[in-house]
Amino acid sequence: MAGKKNRRIKQFKDELKRNKTAAIALIFLILILLISIFAFLSPYPPDQVDVTSVLQGPSADHWFGTDELGRDYFTRALFGGRISLTVGILAMLISTSIGVLVGTISGYFGGRIDNFLMRSVDVISSIPWMILVTVVSIYLTPGLKAIILVIGLFTWMSTARLVRAETLSVKEREYVLYAKSSGQSLPKVIIKHIIPAVFPTFIVASTVSIANAILMESALSFLGLGIQQPLSSWGSMLQNAQGNLGNAPYMAILPGLLIVLTVYSFNRLGDILRAVVEPKTSGK
Amino acid sequence: MTETKEKLIEVNNLKKYFPLKTSLFSKNKQVVKAVDDVSFHIFKGETFGLVGESGCGKSTLGRTLNRLYDPTSGEIQFDGKDIANLNNKELQPYRKRMQMIFQDPYSSLNPYMNVEEIIDEPLEIHTTLLKSERKEVITDILEKVGLKKEDMEKFPHEFSGGQRQRIGIARALAINPEFIICDEAISALDVSIQAQVINMLEDLQSEMKLTYLFVAHDLSMVRHISDRIGVMYLGKIVEISKSDELYHKPLHPYTQALLSAIPIPDPIKAQNSKREIITGELPSPIEMETGCRFRSRCPFAKPICAEVDPQMKQVDGEHFVACHLY
Amino acid sequence: MGNMVKEKNSLLDVKNLRTSFNNGKAKMEVVRGIDFNVQKGEILGIVGESGSGKSVMVKSILGIIPNNAKVDAGEIILDGKHIENLSKKEKRAIRGRDIAMIFQDPMTALNPLKKAGDHLIELLTRVRGMSKKEAKLEAIELLKMVGIPSPETRVDQYPHEFSGGMRQRVLIAMALACSPKLLIADEPTTALDVTIQAQILELLKKLQKENDMSVVFITHDLGVVATICSRILVMYAGMVMEEGLVNEIFYSPKHPYTKALLNSIPRVDGEKMRLKPIKGSAPSLQNIKNGCPFAERCEFAMDKCFKEVPEYKRFSATQKCMCFLTGEGDNLDD
Repeated sequence: MAGKKNRRIKQFKDELKRNKTAAIALIFLILILLISIFAFLSPYPPDQVDVTSVLQGPSADHWFGTDELGRDYFTRALFGGRISLTVGILAMLISTSIGVLVGTISGYFGGRIDNFLMRSVDVISSIPWMILVTVVSIYLTPGLKAIILVIGLFTWMSTARLVRAETLSVKEREYVLYAKSSGQSLPKVIIKHIIPAVFPTFIVASTVSIANAILMESALSFLGLGIQQPLSSWGSMLQNAQGNLGNAPYMAILPGLLIVLTVYSFNRLGDILRAVVEPKTSGK
Repeated sequence: MTETKEKLIEVNNLKKYFPLKTSLFSKNKQVVKAVDDVSFHIFKGETFGLVGESGCGKSTLGRTLNRLYDPTSGEIQFDGKDIANLNNKELQPYRKRMQMIFQDPYSSLNPYMNVEEIIDEPLEIHTTLLKSERKEVITDILEKVGLKKEDMEKFPHEFSGGQRQRIGIARALAINPEFIICDEAISALDVSIQAQVINMLEDLQSEMKLTYLFVAHDLSMVRHISDRIGVMYLGKIVEISKSDELYHKPLHPYTQALLSAIPIPDPIKAQNSKREIITGELPSPIEMETGCRFRSRCPFAKPICAEVDPQMKQVDGEHFVACHLY
Repeated sequence: MGNMVKEKNSLLDVKNLRTSFNNGKAKMEVVRGIDFNVQKGEILGIVGESGSGKSVMVKSILGIIPNNAKVDAGEIILDGKHIENLSKKEKRAIRGRDIAMIFQDPMTALNPLKKAGDHLIELLTRVRGMSKKEAKLEAIELLKMVGIPSPETRVDQYPHEFSGGMRQRVLIAMALACSPKLLIADEPTTALDVTIQAQILELLKKLQKENDMSVVFITHDLGVVATICSRILVMYAGMVMEEGLVNEIFYSPKHPYTKALLNSIPRVDGEKMRLKPIKGSAPSLQNIKNGCPFAERCEFAMDKCFKEVPEYKRFSATQKCMCFLTGEGDNLDD
């Protein structure tokens, strides 16, 4: 087992060396993660209102100025990252778990079960998510929990489709047939043989779905359906910035840039992870 | 002689139909008759070869035999007990006694598992041995198939095709089975490696008293390894015979055509041999009508061939054929 | 360089061809200095196991090797003209007109969105400058020639409506559309069933005679070579181990590899005997060792074999072999 891990780590390093943009993306993500975790080190509490310094431009005291309530904008962006990442990761966990479960079951069992599940996927994906989310948020009180649930519960369909397609091809491989013909129990066949084979797909799907969740959260917050004051996320900061776009355009740049870079980095990360988790199938 | 032999496998009127994927609303359900009313038996300790062209249902027959597929109807007697309708739990003791070796040395081993984990799989299912004891068994079996103890830590991609096939064989033999289904087990290997694997299978057979069902399309290899051979055409066995007799005195026109189509690695014989090349190709198993399936390509087809499906007849001793000519 | 008669008659001459792959880390020499010629009107068989470089070799001649491969050296003379330094465009022209190729997998070689006939028509209009109407008539004629029943309706069908054997026939028709001088067949029957294989081999033989072209037939199946070829190259690890007429190779093989290969196959005719496999497995092309490539698996290997590559020795006007064991004119069989 140790050999397996070492090999993975080595492959990971090789891949990073080969793929420079991916390496930068990874460094950026680690940075964002660290910053979000250590955001409390900032000298300003994120929601301390200071009416004496409203809408100040960037200065030595306030690197990115202050917002219309005099809160330090940089600090709010750091805390916003925390919210955005939390939403991204938790929503991804919900959405990929459902997606992998539905996809594996659908692909492995086929027949009626497959038909039923895939048609449900079609139905759910055919509803424009913005409408769906608007309706759902009427029932749930808008906020962090609601947005995680909403994103998690309505974005698993593409993962399910990907995993299903992968499972369909994996279940016909001869090592799966062998396991079945040897009387391996169903859960073990799935855990030992099917899941590892769909793992690369799953990894890519999950990094992409973090990126998507962050984007969705931003969009929802921008529309006022997501994170509510006094909490801030990058999306809700963009919404605030909108009102002051005329006199303080930099307020839109910081959260906007963070969203773009984070989303891009997650997508790149998916690429290298895929290369690492995919096994070599031949010696050549 | 033959009367004293014990039958390990006896198949009676086995059928395996696959429903054709139809749209949600269409009413008439079409089926592919992959295995259609097949009966034969395999004696203990012998090698039974199953030959036929792609799409004739030989692999499906093998997979139905070890209940990878559920048969549509018919009997599969394993050592006197019908296993055709057993559920998974009841099958478990039989699964320990029959194992399978697959064709593709690339897809038959899980690339995420190392050799130890791969061979451990059947041991974990079917024995109560501790992990350390299982490791000993794996060491022994690796040695038997000509691999080293150090290979246990390696992953499938680190081996050549022939070595992978050895791992597949080791996995099948780890739990001391009685019956092995070799599903095109050597087709993907190079000529010089095929011979290595065949010799090893022969040695293991006498050493472990194994019974083989050897499914293949390479007739010369099948003739070499088998005691008796069944020839399949479109879901039916059309001829069963001892392997030498089949090659010297093939009865069914299809068997004759199949044999004369084998390219002989001997230029003078190849040039002198009158090759009866059958025309046409395998008809689709969906559009099956009445009568003999081979009649569309058969040079000897008579009117009766279109009406009556020929039944298996005993010609002499252990030679059976399903053809109206006999 | 062979005798003079041969040179005159030869259609294709290949001298010291070398091709290597580069996978970023290491260089793999796949074709390691190959000399051979194809004479007018013969069927030359190239036999070898997987990894022997037989496919890459002919692809190097045609200039259709993958991007990470490179032809390092070699002269290729087609009908008296050097073609190794031609531009891509000129090579493409040769591929359409002078040399045609058929591949192993008839399933992937045809475009599923194009009718079988359109493949032919496109080729005929492009290379032979026919009008569409003429081309269609010619396409039907070609399909008839390769033994496709009712070609008038088949010409308008899509590849998925054809079986594997029929698709291979369509590919042969495409290869013959421009009456090439040389047809290169890369394992054309490996994916087919024996009865269909027999049909295709028969067809190729017939067409070769009728059109008086040369054929290079690549295969790993010794039975197939014996059936259709007149001369054989035996390849191993990127080198030609032995070359000779079909009877010389089968009845008096000189190289231990050729002999071992012939011994390792079961015979349908004759008595059943235990097979004699070749020990070990094909060498890795990544770190090539000194000496004869077959030395590691050879039962007659001597110290010398691991140090230097043997020279070719000639046994007849047509047979030569690369081995220390055999002297010129020697017979190893006893």
